[in-house]
Amino acid sequence: MQLKFPVYLDNMRATRVDPLVIEEMVKYMQEIYATPGGEFGHSMEEEAREALERARQKIARKIGAKPEEIIFTSGRVESNNLAIKGVALASGKKGKVISSKIEESSVLKSVERLGKMGFNPMLAPVDSEGFVKQDILSEMLSGAVIGSIQFVNPEIGTIQDLKTLGDIFEEKGVIFHSDASWGFCKVDIDVRKVNVDLLTISSGLIHGPKSVGALYIREGTKLQPLFDGAPREFGLRPGMEDIPSIVGFAKAVELITEEDIARMRKLRDKLMDLLLEIPDTKLNGPRGDKRVCNNVNVSFFGVEGETILLKASMKGLLVNTGSACYSRELLPSHVILATGGSFEQSHGSVALGLSKWTTEQEILYAKEVLEEIVKEMRSISPLYRRS
Amino acid sequence: MGVDEGVKDLWKRIGYTDKVIEHFTNPRNIGEMKDADVTSTVGSVACGDMIKLFLKIDDAGRIENITFLSYGCASNIATTSVMTELVKGKTLEEAKKLTFKQIVDELGGLPAIKFHCAVLSVAGLRTAVAKYEVKKGKRSLDQEFVTTLLKGVLDPMTGRDIVSMGKVKSVNIQDGKIDIVLDMPPEDEISKVIKEEIIDAFEGLDITLNVRFSKD
Repeated sequence: MQLKFPVYLDNMRATRVDPLVIEEMVKYMQEIYATPGGEFGHSMEEEAREALERARQKIARKIGAKPEEIIFTSGRVESNNLAIKGVALASGKKGKVISSKIEESSVLKSVERLGKMGFNPMLAPVDSEGFVKQDILSEMLSGAVIGSIQFVNPEIGTIQDLKTLGDIFEEKGVIFHSDASWGFCKVDIDVRKVNVDLLTISSGLIHGPKSVGALYIREGTKLQPLFDGAPREFGLRPGMEDIPSIVGFAKAVELITEEDIARMRKLRDKLMDLLLEIPDTKLNGPRGDKRVCNNVNVSFFGVEGETILLKASMKGLLVNTGSACYSRELLPSHVILATGGSFEQSHGSVALGLSKWTTEQEILYAKEVLEEIVKEMRSISPLYRRS
Repeated sequence: MGVDEGVKDLWKRIGYTDKVIEHFTNPRNIGEMKDADVTSTVGSVACGDMIKLFLKIDDAGRIENITFLSYGCASNIATTSVMTELVKGKTLEEAKKLTFKQIVDELGGLPAIKFHCAVLSVAGLRTAVAKYEVKKGKRSLDQEFVTTLLKGVLDPMTGRDIVSMGKVKSVNIQDGKIDIVLDMPPEDEISKVIKEEIIDAFEGLDITLNVRFSKD
């Protein structure tokens, strides 16, 4: 089979929308385009409402929730903001707000914002593979109003033990939110078996449309809406529901299979082994079942990531990096630093995300291209000669 | 490695000009120089932005040859490549006058967030020239010299040099001994990184260097 360009291995950040998802969405743009009705409405409003509720049911079923525990949002970032700020503001006291050092920005910035509003933010440390240090987390949780710990890390693929974390939160009587965006549809989640009160899930990482996500809110969890408007989504989120995207989101959930996951896991391990054959290369994050099926992250010592990214792009290979040069804030990856990695390890890190369509041929190509670039850049690196 | 036309267009959107891309993919004067008269290392591993320069200077004080090694991003490579082209064959006096703005202009512009790369390549050049002059006895080991070298030392969290950030508390120079005191906590990881960078900056000079922290 001919290799098709570009070879896109940046699926931890965005995925290609499945054609079957698009097909489903188009109907709700061209034929059933009304706003979902309330208790009674005209025929198209009714059809839109039914589509919305069917999608809600499908997504609820996927995580073992009741449909009325799911609200739709504009995506992961909104879900995280609503969960963390919503619960903190509804708590009626300016207590501690807990998270971890390897969260993605929308969680970190929400916690930081609450800090400016008089809450007391604290971030739990992680070990060398990115697992939250549970004893320290447990201590921090005493008297907290909410804690937010991600399920899967997008950069290094670490899967937190949600069950044990949930038990710690329950023991401390603290509301537990988890951003499960990178684990959703890749690792089983059942909210009946795990003590999690709020769960962020999103569509853009599972071949669905980008600007839609959901927040699971366990029955009885109080939160204050962040926006005001006509009551929709059980009064927690005003604004017209984006029916085409929501329908597409539900379709995307249906389309992910166990076989896809097993295949991604196999290719992930193959890619990991191939890249580690390159001298002075280190794996970031854990191996095996504790790593999400589609993430690989390695650091090439003596080489800077933006250079790797751009040179790879010229060869049609699209990847990501934790290098400061590539970040908009010029800061090295906070995730790799939090795992105890050096600045150099962070600047030389390359993150690869596989999808259900990634082929073995693409994996082999990625190895070939990265090996060549690393060799070339090391030959002109003042660092690599020195070591 | 050839640059595909479609990819070039994509890069324009992230702010790199054709000339930056051209120097990045085909850097001039790259490599080590075994018989260099002077070398300089500026920036650091921690910043992800580091260059090492090698200069060969003739008796008339003209830069006969200049080469470099790079650990850094596309603009690190491109700015240093252009800098070497601009000063090759020039006198040291002319080289000293080169500004980062000239490099940016020569490249047809750089994204503002990448200006520090051009600043770094100028710092590398100035450090090399200053070290050469000291080695040849044409300039004394004074405060100005030490400051020039410290301007090539960057704080990894901001990318700014430690002099303009006010991290240099004092500099004492006596009989070839340089004592630098930094206003930083001694146990900090960043303090250790900066100390190593300073040692790199003074490499190859016949001096005794002592770097301390104000809270020692």
